[in-house]
Amino acid sequence: MRRAIQHILVACLLMTAGAAWAQLTIEITGGGANQIPIAVMQFAGENLLPAGITDIVEADLQRSGRFRTQYAGGIEPIPTEPSQVNFGEWKNRNADALVIGAVQRLPDGRFEVRFRLLDVPKQSQLAGVAFTLTGAQVRATAHRIADVIYEKLTGERGVFSTRIAYVVKQGGRYELRIADADGQGAQVALASREPIISPAWSPDGTRLAYVSFESKKPVVYVHSLTTGRRHVVANFKGSNSAPAWSPDGKELAVTLSREGGSQIYLINADGSNVRRITSSTAIDTEPYFSRDGQFIYFTSDRGGSPQIYRMSAGGGDAVRLTFEGAYNVSPRVSPDGKTMAFVARHQGRFQVAVMDLASRQTQILTDTQRDESPSFAPNGSMILYATVTGSRGVLAAVSSDGRVKQRLTVQAADVREPAWGPFLGN
Amino acid sequence: MKKALIAAIALIALYGCSSEPTKDEGKAGVEERAPTTPQQQPSTSTRPVQPPQLQVNPLKDPANILSKRSVFFDYDSDVIKDEFRPLVQAHGKYLAEHPAAKMLVQGNCDERGSREYNIALGQRRADAVKRMLALMGAREAQIESVSLGEEKPRCTETTESCYAQNRRDDMLYNGEY
Repeated sequence: MRRAIQHILVACLLMTAGAAWAQLTIEITGGGANQIPIAVMQFAGENLLPAGITDIVEADLQRSGRFRTQYAGGIEPIPTEPSQVNFGEWKNRNADALVIGAVQRLPDGRFEVRFRLLDVPKQSQLAGVAFTLTGAQVRATAHRIADVIYEKLTGERGVFSTRIAYVVKQGGRYELRIADADGQGAQVALASREPIISPAWSPDGTRLAYVSFESKKPVVYVHSLTTGRRHVVANFKGSNSAPAWSPDGKELAVTLSREGGSQIYLINADGSNVRRITSSTAIDTEPYFSRDGQFIYFTSDRGGSPQIYRMSAGGGDAVRLTFEGAYNVSPRVSPDGKTMAFVARHQGRFQVAVMDLASRQTQILTDTQRDESPSFAPNGSMILYATVTGSRGVLAAVSSDGRVKQRLTVQAADVREPAWGPFLGN
Repeated sequence: MKKALIAAIALIALYGCSSEPTKDEGKAGVEERAPTTPQQQPSTSTRPVQPPQLQVNPLKDPANILSKRSVFFDYDSDVIKDEFRPLVQAHGKYLAEHPAAKMLVQGNCDERGSREYNIALGQRRADAVKRMLALMGAREAQIESVSLGEEKPRCTETTESCYAQNRRDDMLYNGEY
């Protein structure tokens, strides 16, 4: 798997050699409750690395909304072992957790980074990991360290090493970009003069399905990120859109109008074996598989207004899930299968909402006006979505309890259609 | 080609530079041209020079209803309003009379709401025009109805008058897309 990741990186670098892409800038607009106070000390020998590593670790933790980072400077010499730590000092600084580490240059030019996560009240070690890396892997290593810390302290897997896909529109140019979850390291997977929408990650994170309008109509493609090659999956007469992967990555649910009207079909990822699974005279679109592959959630106006329904993945009777308001669309199910995110129109505003699928209770999470395309982080902690501020498209993220809010912008461009990728190595 | 050009020049010499495009489609094939005297015309006038054996392409003739290609819709509606029926019917008739002609009907929406749901709404608008074209005798194989959703707005402001321009079907003949 690691080799596959290296191939992705190489392919991406080749695709964008020589170009400097505007990065996403993340601004935190709201904080969470019960944040864990943590101090991240600079690592001993950190200046051997071509770029700072602890700043990235600290920024990752801060951005998650689950931590409050405490001042960690002014201590000499920098401790590298738990026995060298003055725990009383960190207690005085109100840090419950402390991160220390050391960097060494290896004879082959690579580096070794060792870090330890310490429990200050218990004066004990919670985690200790060593990484061997090249100078180009500082960011990736920082995200891995942040993931270890996040998992140890919150009990859920971190998403700092995952990636996001989104579309940037600048003038008449559309780019499908892939970036780290913190918005850095963006690479262009596809550039086009015509719109690109609805990117969807394959469950293993190696492919993206999307809709491109390059042939003056919507056509569904699957694009391999490892090779940069892509193929048409659905280009039938009429419109082809709304791709969603089955959990095993073998097939896609898509919306086709080839028999008149917009209806949901299943199709193999290579474009073969297309079969229709809805048969209404209404609009049926925006399919999304449940994590176990048993059900498909979708949007339909069969009841007179667009609402969210659920049916067996093979088709058949559908159960209506949303009843409040006249516009509920774009269902996405959380990784644990317990929550559904969607977009609800409420008093003229389009907002990201969540429904607890057991109790059917809904909660509006955002205070923005024109939200679209919600996408769960693979650990379910955050929902990434597109919205508009001023007259510009931006990405925003909100924690699934609505407490933590972030905004991600690209200078002088419209950003839209985000999709949060899966954990690597799955 | 050279022969055609000479013929065209001869024709211009005969009629002056001012032959009016046909306005009355009801009398197809019959052209009524009032003889004109050069003094009544502006001192300079330019026109595309067509070879005489070709009629003015009715799809491109600004005076012909067939040169109009857009049908506009009310919010959340795919009903073809009365004012656009003659236009769609004229295109249906043209397609019926020209079996080799092919048309792409592109449905569009204003930007409010989900992009994917708007693809479906635009498809419904495109299908509505396709059905009316078929009623006039156009064949299934001549028409493809597709949706561009909210992706290709003609107007990009967030005003109702702008949204109204974007709730639209465009009818394009082969060679035009």
